[in-house]
Amino acid sequence: MTSNSLYGASIGDRIYRIATTAFALSIPLLLVLLGVEIAVAAWPALHTFGFSFLTSSRWDAVDGVFGAAPAIYGTIVSSVLALVIATPLAIGVAIFLSEFAPPWLRQPVAFLVDLLAAIPSVVYGLWGIFVLVPLLREQVMPFLSDRLHLGGTPFFSGPAYGPSMLAAGLILAIMVLPYISSVTREVLMAVPRSQREAALALGATRWEMIRGAVLPYASSGILGGIILGLGRALGETMAVTMVIGNRHEISASLFAPGYTMASLIANEFSEATNDIHLSALMAVGAVLLALTLVVNMLARWLVWRVQRQGR
Amino acid sequence: MATAIRRRSLRLRRARSAAMIALTVIAALLATLPLIFILALLIRQGASSLSVAFFTAMPKPVGETGGGMANAVAGTVMLIGIASAIGLPVGIGAGLYLAEHRGARLASVVRFLSDVLNGLPSIVIGIFAWQFLVRPVKHFSALAGGIALGVMMVPLVTRATEEMIRLVPDALREAALALGYPRWRTSLTVVLRTALPGIVTAALVAVARIAGETAPLLFTAFGNQFWSTSVTQPISALPLQIFSYAISPYDEWHALAWAGALVLLALVLIISLVARFVTRSRFGAGHD
Amino acid sequence: MTEPRRAMTAVRVGAVAERAPDAVAHGPILEVRALDAYFGADRAVRDVSLDIGEGQVTAIIGPSGCGKSTLLRSLNRMHETVATARVEGEVLLEGKDIYARGVNPIEVRRRVGMVFQRPTPFPTMSIRDNVIAGFRAAGRNAPPRAEQHDIAEWALRRSALWDEVKDRLGDSATAMSGGQQQRLCIARALATRPRVLLLDEPTASLDPLSTQMIEELVYELRGDVSVVIVTHNMQQAARVSDRTAFMLLGELVEVAPTSRLFTAPADERTEAYITGRFG
Repeated sequence: MTSNSLYGASIGDRIYRIATTAFALSIPLLLVLLGVEIAVAAWPALHTFGFSFLTSSRWDAVDGVFGAAPAIYGTIVSSVLALVIATPLAIGVAIFLSEFAPPWLRQPVAFLVDLLAAIPSVVYGLWGIFVLVPLLREQVMPFLSDRLHLGGTPFFSGPAYGPSMLAAGLILAIMVLPYISSVTREVLMAVPRSQREAALALGATRWEMIRGAVLPYASSGILGGIILGLGRALGETMAVTMVIGNRHEISASLFAPGYTMASLIANEFSEATNDIHLSALMAVGAVLLALTLVVNMLARWLVWRVQRQGR
Repeated sequence: MATAIRRRSLRLRRARSAAMIALTVIAALLATLPLIFILALLIRQGASSLSVAFFTAMPKPVGETGGGMANAVAGTVMLIGIASAIGLPVGIGAGLYLAEHRGARLASVVRFLSDVLNGLPSIVIGIFAWQFLVRPVKHFSALAGGIALGVMMVPLVTRATEEMIRLVPDALREAALALGYPRWRTSLTVVLRTALPGIVTAALVAVARIAGETAPLLFTAFGNQFWSTSVTQPISALPLQIFSYAISPYDEWHALAWAGALVLLALVLIISLVARFVTRSRFGAGHD
Repeated sequence: MTEPRRAMTAVRVGAVAERAPDAVAHGPILEVRALDAYFGADRAVRDVSLDIGEGQVTAIIGPSGCGKSTLLRSLNRMHETVATARVEGEVLLEGKDIYARGVNPIEVRRRVGMVFQRPTPFPTMSIRDNVIAGFRAAGRNAPPRAEQHDIAEWALRRSALWDEVKDRLGDSATAMSGGQQQRLCIARALATRPRVLLLDEPTASLDPLSTQMIEELVYELRGDVSVVIVTHNMQQAARVSDRTAFMLLGELVEVAPTSRLFTAPADERTEAYITGRFG
């Protein structure tokens, strides 16, 4: 070593520390910026329409009156419908994979289910337009309304054009299924063997063991997975906008077209003519943002609870 | 539970168990069937409209044959590039910070907010990017689209980087410090380098995810019928083109949409496979 | 390699070896004065004063938790890399206090090398690159590349590893046995020609054969570099060291030439330890 000095500063360390701190801080800053920008853009509409923005069904670009109730309604209904369809299937798949599947089958099936999550939304939408919607229009909806005589009930009434809340719910169910399934699978596998063995030792059948010992133990985690799926469904845009019909309408019937907040923004944004229309769309975005944040917080709280329970 | 078990007869309980097992098998079938169906259809429809022209030709007006999506493919590549230029440095930098300041208050806040960012709907990111990057300059741009996608990459890369860095044993860091490495060099040339395969995998997974995103691009990159490689002009992208062709009333465009969907899905899958391959081949024998 | 080339290399390696400082002891190379080392409020090293002789091997022994590793880590300012850790007192390296204001710990660590209990070769570097890794840290002060390779060969020879790896210097450093990896770590520490080499239980995780190899090379290192070795194995201390220090509960109980400490210890606590009554 030629340098004799023991002394000297470390500029490199200072730069490194500043750089990494700056990068880390950029995340909260980004979120704040996002919130502010959307709030600022949404403010004119929210200020003009006040609370009625959330409750009014009248969305009239020409007259400049905007109420987002149909979109909010549609978001919630399509997401709940998706969960109702997907959850039993997802939990069933997860149970199958973690308890019953023979080892050689486990990997491929798990892979296929996880692959569902990799398919881009627009590809689902494409399939939705050309396969699902015609199928619904020509086979499923007539079957439900005529053959099963459900046409009289409010849920399956009205003309069956195809693009509908039902279509949106179904496609969302497929998209959300892998998320619920994967979380459930993880949680089930984390249930200790001792729990299962104790139930079997008591004389339980395999199903009774699962229902009595495994599922209750995993229930918090499964609930977290469901809410995670809900969060996904709420924000899903492309597939929904391609099959839901894009109509500002609140209807009890699943056959009727409708809107979700995400699909509304996607559909009307490029054609927004005046500033108030634009602001109304931004306000819809703000509502969606708020809803998503609440749901995600709920999911995280649940996960946190599961982790505490595990100790 | 014990009394309930004894109450019913064993035969009935066994039958019920078998029935439930059968139900889960049905669930597994129902869950995998749509996928197989979609994939099969995608391959059939897509392959029939897919040709070399897809990658080399530009979109043609309706009525003319031989159109392609060359500009969309190029656009997707460019958008991925811009997104990575933002998402990777910020994500790795933030990940390094989180890994090296584990318990600090600020670190917990950043970690939490990163997860929040991860859960935001992509359309919300899109309208934010529009408001912040498009509206002030009054035109769409590839840059705005790339930034929107980059923002989506950040939480994914951050979380993965933090996890991979935490996996590097402290002993390695100590050995470097004892040799006289300054802290920054230790972090970058020893620790980060050791964690690199895992980070590369995560980066590729993030890229696969954003390659298929449409919503953030709707009002930022916007799409472009013509060839463009300019960052300040609107640009086409594969998902955008698929979307506009799919909702159009023309059959030729529908066929191209299927081809595009096949290519997009293949792209996503190939990137994911490469990601997995990277981790497998990089690790040498014997890890202490 | 052709004959003349090989001869030239041998001359260069020999020249490097000859640059080693004189093995005759003249004054301590390290002087520890009233050293206290803390983990938060916990005082792990209590008022220790100790001289490390130049060109000698000094062993520090004592039961688990007596503070010997902490003392060792205070000699190259590694102790402070742990959060809440701090040091009070002085450690003079060739007359200059390494804890004085303004002293850069990095420069200290370049002059005082360290080998840890578990081998830690850098997994992303080859064997050769591992050995010369210390030069990367030196930046502009590093010797030219060609000389670095000669130094690497010298260091590997001194670590009794050269013959085993000379044909595969470009291979990954992790494709070696534990004993080889540890010798690599010693070579890596030696390559930068530190004044002092600190060994923290270097053979604790190794098999007996590797242990013996390393003990032999530690013994041979005297003259080239001053060695301080912490060990929980008294026989090892007796085998390799010139002087031995015994620590108990953070205090330095006794330090003496090795043969005298083990045959006629002055303090009864030392005697109790080396006769196996505790520890």
